[in-house]
Amino acid sequence: MIHLPVLPILLSLAGVISTLLSWHRLSVQKALAVLISGLLLAANIGLLVVVLRDGIQTYQIGNWIAPFGITLVIDVFSAIMLVLAGLIGLMVMIYSLAAIDEKRAAFGFYPLTLVLLMGVCGSFSTGDIFNLFVWFEVMLMASFVLMALGGERRQIEGSVKYIILNLLASALLLSSTAIAYGLTGTLNMADLAIQLQSVQPSGIITTLALLFLIAFGIKSAIFPLFFWLPASYHTPPVAVTALFSGLLTKVGVYAVVRVFTLLFTQEIWFLHPLLLWIAGLTMVTGVLGAAVQYDFRRLLSFHIISQIGYLIMGLGLYSLTSMAAMLYFMVHVVMAKSALFMVSGLVNSTEGTYNLKKLGGLYRARPGLAILFLLPALSLAGLPPLSGFFGKLVLVQGGLEKSQYGIITVSLAVSLLTLFSMTKIWIEVFWKPAPHNGKPQRATKGSWVFLSPVLVLASLTVLFGLFAGPVYHVAEQAAIQLLSPHLYIQAVLTQP
Amino acid sequence: MTLIMAVVVGALFAGGLYMMLRRNLVKILIGLLLLGHAVNLFVFTLGRLVRGRPPLIPEGELILAPPHADPVPQALILTAIVISFGVTAFAIVLLRQAYLSLGTEDLDNLRTTDITIEDPIVFEDTERQP
Repeated sequence: MIHLPVLPILLSLAGVISTLLSWHRLSVQKALAVLISGLLLAANIGLLVVVLRDGIQTYQIGNWIAPFGITLVIDVFSAIMLVLAGLIGLMVMIYSLAAIDEKRAAFGFYPLTLVLLMGVCGSFSTGDIFNLFVWFEVMLMASFVLMALGGERRQIEGSVKYIILNLLASALLLSSTAIAYGLTGTLNMADLAIQLQSVQPSGIITTLALLFLIAFGIKSAIFPLFFWLPASYHTPPVAVTALFSGLLTKVGVYAVVRVFTLLFTQEIWFLHPLLLWIAGLTMVTGVLGAAVQYDFRRLLSFHIISQIGYLIMGLGLYSLTSMAAMLYFMVHVVMAKSALFMVSGLVNSTEGTYNLKKLGGLYRARPGLAILFLLPALSLAGLPPLSGFFGKLVLVQGGLEKSQYGIITVSLAVSLLTLFSMTKIWIEVFWKPAPHNGKPQRATKGSWVFLSPVLVLASLTVLFGLFAGPVYHVAEQAAIQLLSPHLYIQAVLTQP
Repeated sequence: MTLIMAVVVGALFAGGLYMMLRRNLVKILIGLLLLGHAVNLFVFTLGRLVRGRPPLIPEGELILAPPHADPVPQALILTAIVISFGVTAFAIVLLRQAYLSLGTEDLDNLRTTDITIEDPIVFEDTERQP
């Protein structure tokens, strides 16, 4: 199918329009939202299959030939990210059926989530740097409203911080795009990659690369730029947090990887060491920040930052093994993180609190839920045979190949601290006896709707661990394409 | 002309960032607006400033001879203006809501979501519990 690359965007747009048209009929909205996100996942899986079979897919919007119009480019990396977006989208939609209150739903929760998914899919598909900015804005706009939707005091506070810093990042991103255009006269990323090679003096390229790094770095919450994340991610309802934690920061990482494997491949001697330093510091600060937290969701929010460090480490090592490891790790972390946030919401739904000190005794009361927590938690810490173990194993292998012993030590130490954090949650929430002042436990209404997304994500972390080979093989395909940017350039600029 | 534009853009950036570093909510909003203008003018300037040369091919000729005004940055700015219009409208409503529900316009008082110690406000939960 020639129009396949544009399908994710069109499907989510159709979802937005149809849910908006049924604004007053909530049950119709819910059915449509689940249906459309299910179709989106199916389409994205189809796209991944096609890309693996036939190579990079391109789509010229409006039939404008490559460097002049907007091009959509789907390589294996994009396709993997699209599948993840579809998966998390569907899981969060199902979870929201039980977890989102009627009032929030009546004020457009479902259309907004679909707008967010459209923005995410657009960012993953586009091959045009300005178009990337526009999709970022679509995504951000939806996320602003989702974060503030409901208007609780802490939500408003979190939103103010989130919005101000993200708007600053957008301004920087637009400025860097403008500089890239001013230097080369093109916005198409493939064409830009060629033109940037011949720009003199090369000093300005370095400046441009670092501007992009800062702009995308704020969005992906890397070391000195992450402060908005722990201040805001625990304030909205947990379904929103699960969606954000699974997708938003990963879009930032996607953009960093895309820019630094396609556009700035010429020798910048300090770039990869710099990325490794950032990666190490991001891991350490994230995990140490988490260690002192006693709010379930704030603790997990700090772990988002820590895991971003591992992704940046894969990019910083810049070898076939490490890039493939990064992609494998991305798949793992998106699923594990969203599952953990959903578990925190399930705990809150019966216990009425996120405070670890007030929780307890859940292992006795709800053993099934305890197992559902344990699987993604141990996977995040990197215990075999779960998916996180293989991600970290191959990352360390990549580090050994490049003799980067410093970052390996840091990453292993951070793994240990992650295990400490997860054990802390386990002991506080599930293992220790329930505190006496606790309320009696209530039965959960619609608990299967509530549980099923977590069940799916938790079993996927096990499956991806048991069948690490085939998944890693796909990740390796993506890494090969990322490390040979001429494939991407060829696919875009050669006319069929 | 480019020099004047460069100075203007620089001044707008400086002013915008200065205002964003203030503690007052309204001043931050003004800072965001100034920053938006700065970036838009920056995009415009980087497209090279050419006066009185529209990008039209004269009759009887086949190619467009440089120098001519570049239409792409202007299209980009148009898009950026529309986006910043929407974002600003939302930011104004949000900041007003923040003022109404928090009763303060001083950012130093917006720290309850950053507190790590136990605090009834932080852990108070108002979500629906099915």
